[in-house]
Amino acid sequence: MSDAQSPVIRYVARRAVPFIQLYALYVLGHGEDGPGGGFQGGVIFASSIVLLALVFGYGAGRKACPERISDFISPLGCLVYASIGLLCLLMGGMFLEYARLAGPDASDHAKHAAHHFGLIGIEAGVMLTVTASMVTLFFEMARPAPDEGGLDE
Amino acid sequence: MLQHLPVLTIMVPMFAGLLVPLLARVHAGIVRPLTIGALGFSCFAAIHMLLHVQGGHPIEYAMGGWPIPTGIGYRVDGLNAMVLVMIAVIGLLTALWMRRSIEDELPAAARPGYHAVLLLACTGFLGITITADIFNLYVFLEIASITSYVLIAMGRRRQALYAGYSYLIVGSIGATFILLGIGHLYMRTGSLAMADILAQFQANPDLYGMSDVRMAFAFLVVGLAIKMALFPLHGWQPGAYTHAPSASSLFIAATSTKVSAYALYRIVFSVFGTEVLVSGLPPVRDALLAMACAAIVLGPLIAISQGDLKRLLAYSSVGQIGYIVLGLMLLDERGLTGGIIHFWNHAAAKGALFCVAGALVLRTGAARVDDLAGLGRRAPWTASAVTVAGCSMVGVPLTAGFLSKWYLATGALATDRLYVVPVLLASSGLTAVYVWRILQKVWFAPADVEPRVGAEVPWSMRLPTLVLAAACLVFGIAPWSVEFARDAIAALGIAP
Repeated sequence: MSDAQSPVIRYVARRAVPFIQLYALYVLGHGEDGPGGGFQGGVIFASSIVLLALVFGYGAGRKACPERISDFISPLGCLVYASIGLLCLLMGGMFLEYARLAGPDASDHAKHAAHHFGLIGIEAGVMLTVTASMVTLFFEMARPAPDEGGLDE
Repeated sequence: MLQHLPVLTIMVPMFAGLLVPLLARVHAGIVRPLTIGALGFSCFAAIHMLLHVQGGHPIEYAMGGWPIPTGIGYRVDGLNAMVLVMIAVIGLLTALWMRRSIEDELPAAARPGYHAVLLLACTGFLGITITADIFNLYVFLEIASITSYVLIAMGRRRQALYAGYSYLIVGSIGATFILLGIGHLYMRTGSLAMADILAQFQANPDLYGMSDVRMAFAFLVVGLAIKMALFPLHGWQPGAYTHAPSASSLFIAATSTKVSAYALYRIVFSVFGTEVLVSGLPPVRDALLAMACAAIVLGPLIAISQGDLKRLLAYSSVGQIGYIVLGLMLLDERGLTGGIIHFWNHAAAKGALFCVAGALVLRTGAARVDDLAGLGRRAPWTASAVTVAGCSMVGVPLTAGFLSKWYLATGALATDRLYVVPVLLASSGLTAVYVWRILQKVWFAPADVEPRVGAEVPWSMRLPTLVLAAACLVFGIAPWSVEFARDAIAALGIAP
C-alpha cells in the first residue's frame, strides 16, 4: 500500500481535497464571463483525485474514482453538451442558440438568463468529460506494471 | 427540417457514438442497430442535401444563431455534398459489413467501443467536409485523425500498434503544419470564415505576394499532402491499411485520404481562390502536379510486387489519390470533373476491393494474394465483385474508372499538358498488371489447387461488396456523377 511519507502530508492532502473541488466549481461558474470554464475546472477537479493517488497510492486514488465511473462520465459530459445544443434546435432556434431555451415569446431578460444557463450547462458538460479524461489518462499511465509497483513502489 | 440537416448530419452519428458506450453496459444488442440507424440517417440527410443543392442553391447554417463571419458556419454546396454522400454511404456500408469481421478480429469487450470510435470517425470526416470555418476544419481533422489512430491500432497483431503509432506521429506533424498555416492566414486576414478570407483575397490580389500568406499556403499544402498520403509523403499509409482491422481498412481506405484531398480542393477554391495557383504561387502548382504524376505512376508500380492484398491495395490508393490532386491542379473544367468524380469512383472500387480483402482475412486468417486462388469457383459473387472493381481501377470502358481517366486526359489536353496522357496510360498499364495478378488467381487457378477460401461469406458482408461493385458499373454508364460534378464546378465559379 502507500508509503505516505509523513502524517503532515497525509493530513493536509485529505483536508485539501474538498477545497480543490470547490475551487474547481468556482472556476466552472466563472467560465462564461471571465477566465476559467469547464476545461480548467475539469482539470482542477481531476487534480484532487491525482493528489489522493499521489499521497495514498494508486489503489486509494482509483477507489475515489473507479474505472466504471470515469468511463461512464467521459461520454456523458459530451452528451450533456450535445443535448443542450439539440434542445435549442427543438425549441426552434439554431444549434446551440441558448437564448431560445427561454421559450418562444420570452422577454429579453429571460432570454439573457437562458443564454447564461445554456453556457453554464455546456461548460458543466465539458467539465465532466475533462475530469473523467484527465483521471483516466493519469491512472492509465500510473497503472502498476506486473513487474513493478507503479506509484505504490 | 431541411434547414437543420447540415448540423444533424454531423450530430446524429456523434450522439450515437457517445450513447453507444453508455447503452452497451445495459444491453449490448443495441449497439449495432444504433450505429446503423445513425449512419443511415446521415446517408439520407447527405443525399437529400446533394439533391437540394443542385443548380446552385447552397445551404448555410449559422451555429448558435451567430451570423457567419462572427460565428462558425456550415455550408453545403455541390462539391462537399458529393463528398458527404461518399463518407456517409461508406460509413453505413462498413457498419453493415463489419459484424462478422469484428467478431473474428476483435475481443468481445472491444466491440462496442469499436462502434463508438467508428461513429466518431464518421463525425470527424463529415465535419471536415461540411464546415465553412477554417479553424473548425482543423478541429474536425483532429477528431477524425485521433479516431483513425484508434481504429488502426485495434488490429489483432502487434504490428497494428506500430502502424497506428507511426501514423499518429506523422499525422500529428501534418496536423501541426495545417494549424501553422491557419495561424499565418489568421494573422494576415484576421478571419477564420472561409468566405471572409476569400473576399479579402479577391479584393486585394497583392496579398498573394506577402510572405506570411505564402507560408500559410505552403504549410497547408504540405500538411494536407501528408494527411492524404500524396507521394512521397505516403510512408505511414501502407502499414496502417495493412495491419488495421479489416473494417477499419475498408472505412479509412475508402474515405480518409480523400477527405484530406477534398480539404485541399476547399482551401484552393474557397479560402485562397484559384488565382493562388495561377498567379499567386505557381511553383506550388508545378510541385503538386509533379507529385501527383509521380504518385500516379509509382503507386501502382510498387503495388505490383506486393504479396499482401491489403498492402497492394494501399499502394494502389497512393496512385489513386494522385488522380484527384491532378484534377485540381489542371484547373480546367474537364480535368476538375475527372478529379471530382474520382472521389466517388475510387471510394466504390477501393471499398469493394477492401470488402473482399476483409472477407479473405475472415476465411483464411490473412490477406495473401495467393490465397485468392480458386475464389471464382467457390465464391462467384465475391469474385465478380473483384472483377468489376478491378476493371474500374484499370479504367476499362463502361466502368467508373474509365470516366475519371477520360476527363483527366481531355482536361490535360485542353490545358496543353501533353505529358499527363502518357502518365495516365502508363498508370493504367501498371494497374492492369496487378489487377491481372489478382484476377488470374481468382478465375484461372489450376483445377488441382484446393481453394483456401471455402464458401461465400455471409450476406451481411456480400451485399455491401456487391453494392459497391455495382456502383462502379452504374457510375461508368449513367452520367449522374458527372452531372453532379459539373454542377459543383459551376457553383464554385470556374468558367465552363
